[in-house]
Amino acid sequence: MSNQLPDWSNYRGVMVFVEQRESVAKPVSWQLLGAGKKLADKLEVPLMALVIGEHVENLADEAIGYGADQVYLCEGPELKDYRTRPYSRITLKLIENVKPEICLFGASATGRDLAGAIATHLPTGLTADTTELDVESHPSRLLLASRPAFSEKMMATILCKQYRPQMATARAGVFQALPRDASRTGKIIRIENPMKGEKIATQVMGFIEKQSGINLEEADIIVAGGRGLGGPEPFQMLQELADVLGGEVGASRACVDSGWIKHAHQVGQTGFTVRPKLYFAIGISGAVQHTVGMSNSDYIVAINKDPEAPIFQIAHYQIVGDLFQIVPALIDAFKQRKDQQSDPTVTLRSL
Amino acid sequence: MLHLVVCIKQVPDSREIRIDPNTNTLIRKGIPSIVNFYDLHGLEAALQIKDELGARITVVTMGPPPAEKSLKECISLGADEAVLVTDRKFAGADTLATSYVLAKTIQKVEEKWGPADMVFCGKQTLDGDTGQVGPGVACRLDLEQLTYVGDVVKVNPERKTVRVHRHLEDGIEVVETSFPVLLTALKELNKVRRASLPGMIRAARYKPIVWTTADFPDLEISKIGLKGSPTIVAKTWVPEIRKIEGEKIEGETPAEVANQLVAKLYEIS
Repeated sequence: MSNQLPDWSNYRGVMVFVEQRESVAKPVSWQLLGAGKKLADKLEVPLMALVIGEHVENLADEAIGYGADQVYLCEGPELKDYRTRPYSRITLKLIENVKPEICLFGASATGRDLAGAIATHLPTGLTADTTELDVESHPSRLLLASRPAFSEKMMATILCKQYRPQMATARAGVFQALPRDASRTGKIIRIENPMKGEKIATQVMGFIEKQSGINLEEADIIVAGGRGLGGPEPFQMLQELADVLGGEVGASRACVDSGWIKHAHQVGQTGFTVRPKLYFAIGISGAVQHTVGMSNSDYIVAINKDPEAPIFQIAHYQIVGDLFQIVPALIDAFKQRKDQQSDPTVTLRSL
Repeated sequence: MLHLVVCIKQVPDSREIRIDPNTNTLIRKGIPSIVNFYDLHGLEAALQIKDELGARITVVTMGPPPAEKSLKECISLGADEAVLVTDRKFAGADTLATSYVLAKTIQKVEEKWGPADMVFCGKQTLDGDTGQVGPGVACRLDLEQLTYVGDVVKVNPERKTVRVHRHLEDGIEVVETSFPVLLTALKELNKVRRASLPGMIRAARYKPIVWTTADFPDLEISKIGLKGSPTIVAKTWVPEIRKIEGEKIEGETPAEVANQLVAKLYEIS
């Protein structure tokens, strides 16, 4: 194959798909605008957002506040719930008209469902589940999409040289949203649903909101357990510590795979990427597939009986010892503070 | 009778892969090959429909010749036919090139055994982790697309509809659609059965059908293998751990250690 690349000079700009439910955007959407802004600035092109749904004009304004220069807005009652066919047709038509050089989607069920359909249709290259995004400056303008590979033991940088747009899905919790600036101005462009009035075979009959109430991605404090717990029961102890601190319980993949705790608690590979203020890694050895999901925490406390455990290399506070003795002692110590009117659920928030 | 097609992939059990600390490369030697376990949940869903309503199940895979082993495993579990699509020209395929070949394969399977009502894939593979091949196949064959299926609630063979639960990050979506449809399976979907003795005997004697590029006269060579793959792996590296000059918290008793830590945390907050 020759090294000559097709002329893609009519493809310009970075586009972000805004995922929402009931007119509320998913946090990953604004995180993607944050990541997209850096790319757009480096390429000296506008940052665009695409908002699809019913009654979602508010999100177009929000997208501008989070960094978008132009927002494409497609509204209609038939677009209330995400469905592959209408959403992909709208997005495809917009991509064909606007010709962005980069398109970003959340690596969520919806984002992956949509991006997978679109990339095949165009066709173009799509990199899944990226955790680092960068671009080469003009003239190559290549998206450097990096993602964990081989069970997160390695990282790989993926390029798409021959096709435009360059597409990627990006993991929630990895990129940071810009602070919302309500005074920012931008252009909102309404677009039509090309499938309007067409019968769509797939019907959403209902939605059962998650009952677990676990919200690792937005937790300030996470108390996470690993293989060192030895079974499901010690998670009760971790839950108690989390309750005292007003935090959530997390877990390594090993615990989830062993059936000790539900997947909703999993941090790292195939689980959540988190950046709380305080992260307790208890009985977690610190394999890369776990640390990739939590190493950006502000403060990390590691408790492990093995002084050589890799988790200690990234821990701010290191306790070598028996977790079955240390954790109950910690619960007592925090409770005492609570009694002394310096409630840890309040105090530690300001870490 | 319903015709169900299940796409599988034989993958290295990547949970077993280790990094050589001296060379920073993957140690692939001795890594067992398995059927991507999400695909087995897709197969199990098809088998349960077969048990309840009667169906013909065809399993397809693209891969090197040793992938026959995985196809035989699917036969032992109850699949009727298994097709291996194999050719050196397919090597190096990314998700776009893979979905092209799988779609072509399913079309050929349909010529042989009739149109597919439902196609099952795993939600993603253990080695690729992309979840893109299922939507790719659905797009190419113009199928309805139901990804991340955690429950098949009801299949109605007369009306040719299926109702499923899709497990999303924020909850469960109840969705109904009509055939032909492609579903991608989560491990919550079902418990994969064990092979029966008659199944194992059938599998031992079974020779999977093997197709190469020569069996697809209209296959566009520019769309397969490395050539047909827009994504390029530019480099791989072992992420460096952001090491921290951490502080050791020590004490005579667990209570002392705990109090010290609590004091430190209150100090910095």
